[in-house]
Amino acid sequence: MRRISLSFLPLLVLAAGIVVGARAATASTTLSLVAYSTPKDAYGKIIPAFQATTAGKNVSFNQSYGASGDQARAVAAGLSADIVALSLEPDVSTLVKKGIVPSNWNQNRYHGMVTDSVVVFVVRDGNPKKIHTWADLAKSGVQVITPNPFTSGGARWNVMAAYGAQRAQGKSDSQAIAYLKRLFKNVSVLPKSAREATQVFASGKGDVLLTYENEAIYANKKGVHTEYVLPKQTILIENPVALTKSGLKHPEAKAFLKFLWSSKAQKLFGDSGYRPVLKSVASSSKYRYKQPKSLFTINSKALGLRGWKSVQYRFFDHSSGIMVKVIGH
Amino acid sequence: MATSAAVSVSRAGAVLGRAGGGLARGIAIGYLSLIVLVPLSALVWSSRSEGMDTFWQEVTKPQALSALKLTLGVSFLVAAFNALTGTAIAWVLVRDSFPGKGFFNSVIDLPFALPTIVAGLVLLELYGPNSPFGVDVAFQRAGIVLALLFVTLPFVVRAVQPVLLELDREMEEAAESLGARRLAVFRRIVFPNLLPAVLSGVALAFARAVGEFGSVVLISGNIPFKTEVSSVYIAGQIESDNPTGAAAVSVVLLLISLAVLLAIGAFRHWRTRHDR
Repeated sequence: MRRISLSFLPLLVLAAGIVVGARAATASTTLSLVAYSTPKDAYGKIIPAFQATTAGKNVSFNQSYGASGDQARAVAAGLSADIVALSLEPDVSTLVKKGIVPSNWNQNRYHGMVTDSVVVFVVRDGNPKKIHTWADLAKSGVQVITPNPFTSGGARWNVMAAYGAQRAQGKSDSQAIAYLKRLFKNVSVLPKSAREATQVFASGKGDVLLTYENEAIYANKKGVHTEYVLPKQTILIENPVALTKSGLKHPEAKAFLKFLWSSKAQKLFGDSGYRPVLKSVASSSKYRYKQPKSLFTINSKALGLRGWKSVQYRFFDHSSGIMVKVIGH
Repeated sequence: MATSAAVSVSRAGAVLGRAGGGLARGIAIGYLSLIVLVPLSALVWSSRSEGMDTFWQEVTKPQALSALKLTLGVSFLVAAFNALTGTAIAWVLVRDSFPGKGFFNSVIDLPFALPTIVAGLVLLELYGPNSPFGVDVAFQRAGIVLALLFVTLPFVVRAVQPVLLELDREMEEAAESLGARRLAVFRRIVFPNLLPAVLSGVALAFARAVGEFGSVVLISGNIPFKTEVSSVYIAGQIESDNPTGAAAVSVVLLLISLAVLLAIGAFRHWRTRHDR
């Protein structure tokens, strides 16, 4: 009798485990976060902070990180997602077109943008080539590294920063395009993504790396010893976040999205090198960054920038885009 | 229970050559279709979804053509180089004995196991601008060749090795005892026996090189018309919302690899015609 009861013991434990597990499962919600790779460190801290709030109790997360365009295509093809955090608006537009994200996703105080950054120049220690302005990048003998805007959606920020900076200095549209041609003559490597561009620069190639401020800060943290120059004119990078239609069904997902704009979460974004979008956090001394003389956005109509949709078509269309000619010489 | 299962298994084994052969063939072909043929057909289908004109237009874009030429050029070079080095490595591993041979034999397959993006990163650090050996081939065509040599190393070695092991050494000894020089023995006895295996290894290495992405993307520099290979060009087309263009160039790569594999298959068939 005793032997029998003992042999049943593991089964009993297993059964109890299943019951407890099932209870826990019914009481909790699992949300899917699909994001681009750069904010992974930040979300690694933001998610536990959210779980520590009353709204976030018993909420667990499935997280997926990858290149922004790849992530958008995966969600468009059926990867389950409640929250999408991508590097630029056109990737959200892909999901709006597919009916996965509602078209009013950016109707909030922050226009759907959760983090900001700017395009900067990363230079070698001591800035030996004395690179301070956009004109310096196009000088002969300067090697520029920038990710390929055709394989990296995020790299398109760099191109539009270069173009807009010319317009902000009073140059005409055709002069700005001529500048892009001169600039890309100095580009000796076009890595696939911003992270690979950082690796290429770290490997010793190039005099200046055109990248995002948060990537420059990340590189410094990871021991790529460099300094970065904030040009007088640059573009404001804005990274969107949105709920999908399935996410909108979960009050927890809505609460998480709201939490992303809380001062707690915005500080954590700030710690990983982004510029917080929340004014009260951005103005605190710890997260106060130098402001360029002229900071424009992708919607600065006076500079000929009429939003991503027009820019994507005019500059990055795979056959007729300006950049096809600029990069191909 | 157990006995009847064993009986049915042995019965199944007995009929495998006849009725069971049909089943086995069905499973094999069904599996092959599911894993290979259906996805490839879908690719061909999507490459033509906007008509043959668009297909042709996509394939003949100057940038696509230039990437294709570069891809084929480096792949041929790498495959040819592999024919020499792969055979030499297989020879040393089979015919020589030296301390650490077992270790080297295991190392051969590592390029298969290493994620190719890691391979690219390591090659960049070792043979890039900060090379500890002072060898900088990064961001030029030589860098692409180096990365491809790394990832294709195992093919020829592993194709030639078993044939070399099976090769009857009495043939060589007989030839030598009849006064043949070592070079003649190699040329007239060893080489003809190895050739089919070398060629199939070369074909696999070529096909792999044509489609390789991960190890090349970092070290090549990706400058259009200079160092951009087709796989990187294809990635750019996908990111630029042009899946048709990506599929069209992929189909061309596939057709070329298929032609090479078929040609080598046909050659082997012709070579072994007397054995059948």
